[in-house]
Amino acid sequence: MTSITDDLTANEGVAISPRRRFTAWRVGALGVALAVSMPVVAIAWLALFPRENIWPHLAATVLPRYLANTALLMLGNGICVLVIGTGTAWLVTMCRFPGRRLFAWALLLPLAMPAYIVAFVYTDLLEYAGPVQGALRALFGWQSARDYTFPEIRSLGGAVFVMSFVLYPYVYLLGRAAFQEQSSCALEVSRTLGRGAWRTFVSVALPLARPALAVGTTLALMETLADFGTVDFFAVNTLTLGVFNVWLNMGNAGGAAQIALVMLGAVLLLVALERASRHKQRHFAMTTRYRPHAGFTLTGWRSAGAFVACALPILIGFALPAAILLDYAIRFFALSWSGAYLEHARNSLSLSATAAVVAVTVAAFIAYGRRLAGGPVLAVTSRLAGAGYAIPGTVLAIGVIVPFAAFDNGLDALMRAQFGVSTGLLLSGTVAAIIFAYVVRFLAVALGAVEASLGRIRPTMDMAARSLGVGPAGILRRVHLPLIRGSLLAAAIIVFVDCMKELPATLILRPFNFDTLATQVYQFASTEQLEYSALAALTIVAAGIVPVILLSHAVGGARADGDRR
Amino acid sequence: MFSLRYVHRTALALAVATMTVPAVIAPATAADEVNVYSYRQPSLIQPLFEAFTGATGVKVNLVSADKGLIERLQQEGANSPADLLFTVDIGRLNDARLAGVTQAVKTDALIEGIASQFHDPDGHWYGLTLRARLAYVSKDRVAAADAPKTYEELADPKWRGRICTRSGSHDYQVALTAAYIAHHGEAGAETWLRGVKANLARKPQGNDRAQVKAIKEGVCDIALGNSYYYGLMLDNPDQKAWAEAVTPVFLTFEGQGTHVNLSGVSLTRAAPNRANAIRLMEYLISDEAQKLYAALNYEYPIISGVDRAPFLVAMGDLKADELPLARVAEHRAEALKLIDKVAYNE
Repeated sequence: MTSITDDLTANEGVAISPRRRFTAWRVGALGVALAVSMPVVAIAWLALFPRENIWPHLAATVLPRYLANTALLMLGNGICVLVIGTGTAWLVTMCRFPGRRLFAWALLLPLAMPAYIVAFVYTDLLEYAGPVQGALRALFGWQSARDYTFPEIRSLGGAVFVMSFVLYPYVYLLGRAAFQEQSSCALEVSRTLGRGAWRTFVSVALPLARPALAVGTTLALMETLADFGTVDFFAVNTLTLGVFNVWLNMGNAGGAAQIALVMLGAVLLLVALERASRHKQRHFAMTTRYRPHAGFTLTGWRSAGAFVACALPILIGFALPAAILLDYAIRFFALSWSGAYLEHARNSLSLSATAAVVAVTVAAFIAYGRRLAGGPVLAVTSRLAGAGYAIPGTVLAIGVIVPFAAFDNGLDALMRAQFGVSTGLLLSGTVAAIIFAYVVRFLAVALGAVEASLGRIRPTMDMAARSLGVGPAGILRRVHLPLIRGSLLAAAIIVFVDCMKELPATLILRPFNFDTLATQVYQFASTEQLEYSALAALTIVAAGIVPVILLSHAVGGARADGDRR
Repeated sequence: MFSLRYVHRTALALAVATMTVPAVIAPATAADEVNVYSYRQPSLIQPLFEAFTGATGVKVNLVSADKGLIERLQQEGANSPADLLFTVDIGRLNDARLAGVTQAVKTDALIEGIASQFHDPDGHWYGLTLRARLAYVSKDRVAAADAPKTYEELADPKWRGRICTRSGSHDYQVALTAAYIAHHGEAGAETWLRGVKANLARKPQGNDRAQVKAIKEGVCDIALGNSYYYGLMLDNPDQKAWAEAVTPVFLTFEGQGTHVNLSGVSLTRAAPNRANAIRLMEYLISDEAQKLYAALNYEYPIISGVDRAPFLVAMGDLKADELPLARVAEHRAEALKLIDKVAYNE
């Protein structure tokens, strides 16, 4: 899906001249969107040819459990990320308390943490042999696991715990931007009409921020659905595990593709429902005057409460796991520091940076195409182009291999027939396949950010520029791009960080003798030797932190620039 | 404007990074190479590949992943650069054959070196090493005389709440269940699996080593695991205590042998470097390579006549089940459905 802020782009309102004038843009955007949706289409195609019909067996045995676990995981994660993300975003934007400026960017840090690494770390910490239970046993004199009960980290609850504390930044990031963009005027009107701070939050700020919060929650839920590493490690039997069981063990790729499509359908339905419930609601900034909000000053226990509420997510989602990794990295530094490590780091950085640039360019192209010349075909295609985000990376990788290999083999056959030359596999098994997979997987993130930001530019700007004789490309270059530059950067950074963490598609698609930091971490962690790859894991995290800090400045900067809208 | 300065700098940095993407455009097809897709851990086979390169001068290129390689081969078709596919389970070897990505190959060395129950009759796959599926039994809580002797006994209610295993859907457990079906029929296997399930101390989770760890922690008394983990855990300073808390017991099927699985190799259908690929296959069953497998990973040699490493001898006598592994593979689909049917993983 593209994003649930589509309706903010207000296609109807922007089509200031007959749509056919923008044929070139529309065809171009459609072409790009189609290219990016190829893997999803390939998966749909696979679903047509299952080795056998899996549904009677699944329905009679494990399907109810898969469904229940998936629903509970989504519900748990959805509620947690929404509460943590919105709560902290509101606190740091609208309230004044000690540490606020630090929290404003530190709350983004968990974004740099791959969920599977956090899962490994917390298991080490909280399992029977870990220091927490060990200390409890020493304290109370318990002898074995049979003497007491301790919450099992490898459980549904454990998965919600781990995932929501690394996924909440999606909601926080978008929520904070939304709260910042709310002019204090609206909030002050609410206050003068007799509403207190709390009711102003509930009845004015929240509804205004709803599209952004919904986008953030959707991204988090799509990540939840696509996650394999964490649920597998915690033995939570979700639909995603079902996909892998049917595919890998039963050798039924078609059947697995069917389950993946059903999951995707469920997500699209959720998004559609959310959109329908906001039918025709549209908020443009109606005033060009922006005044920053003075903020509610908190004192006493309220201030302490706000401090704890902001510190806890950072501690759980970032500081604690990072400290443990750092400890391992220092102790095993001699083993991890090598030429190979540098090469893996270079591979990770260059792949992720390239994918980020490509993804944002593609997103800007599609989003602008829709603004100029929307229409149902492009709308559906662009939603399909963003659907890769909700598909497990491994399944998506197969979806990438199909069109790439078909292209390579088709070209090879053509060249053999026409010129007697074999071109072999040109693109399959090269980094091009990995970069393409990254773009497909994370386009939703870029598209969501770009469309939301483009949607806030009032159509009258386009009209004014048009009336001054600037063509569509000129408007994009001279009006829109300067206005949405901050959002483009933010989008590129999130995509970059996500690519650094990406594992399953990289494993399958990579060329011979090619490793990244993530594949390296995985190889050690899967033999329970995370210590040896802690340096690589920490590098992924560090590479994520720098952009996260930049991102925070960019969002902060957007506020200062708010008056330009 | 603070933020815009960062925009420019970051854009510049990204642009520079973009240009440094390594030019890995042409897959290796030079003469003295062989290309491998592997489901195996790279750390376990790299030393063998290095030894092969040292002996022959042929370079081995590797892509390893635990999923999706058969599909990649399938889509790449006749133009695939891969020559060999390595796996760690009979089921996966059989899947590769069914997917049509392998080709038959027979050489004297392969056919004569590897016992017939450990290779495909048509030559689509060959075993390279054997691993036994053992019981690891708590030293403290189960007297040696009381320890189970057979897989059948694991369903005995006297072990209620005392057994740990990894997920029933994992290849190693599936193969064991499939072997049970081959010996006792589907109905017999269902009764057995329900019995084992009822005896589990906790929901199946973690890998084989994690089960041994659970015994050390007092969660359970008997765990199922592959044989080589015993040696690997003893070698690992953090895991040594786990292995020392258990005794490995070679369970057997009643009146038969111990269930073994294999790591194996298939020649791919495309195999552009066919000759080198066959050289590598034959090298891997040479005395030298087989000893290396045992030394590195405590696996049993697939060929007879190689001296077993002292450690493997000390672990006890392995009498492998004589059931051909191709027959185990035939029952894989039934085994998977059975595991779902008895809700083994809940």
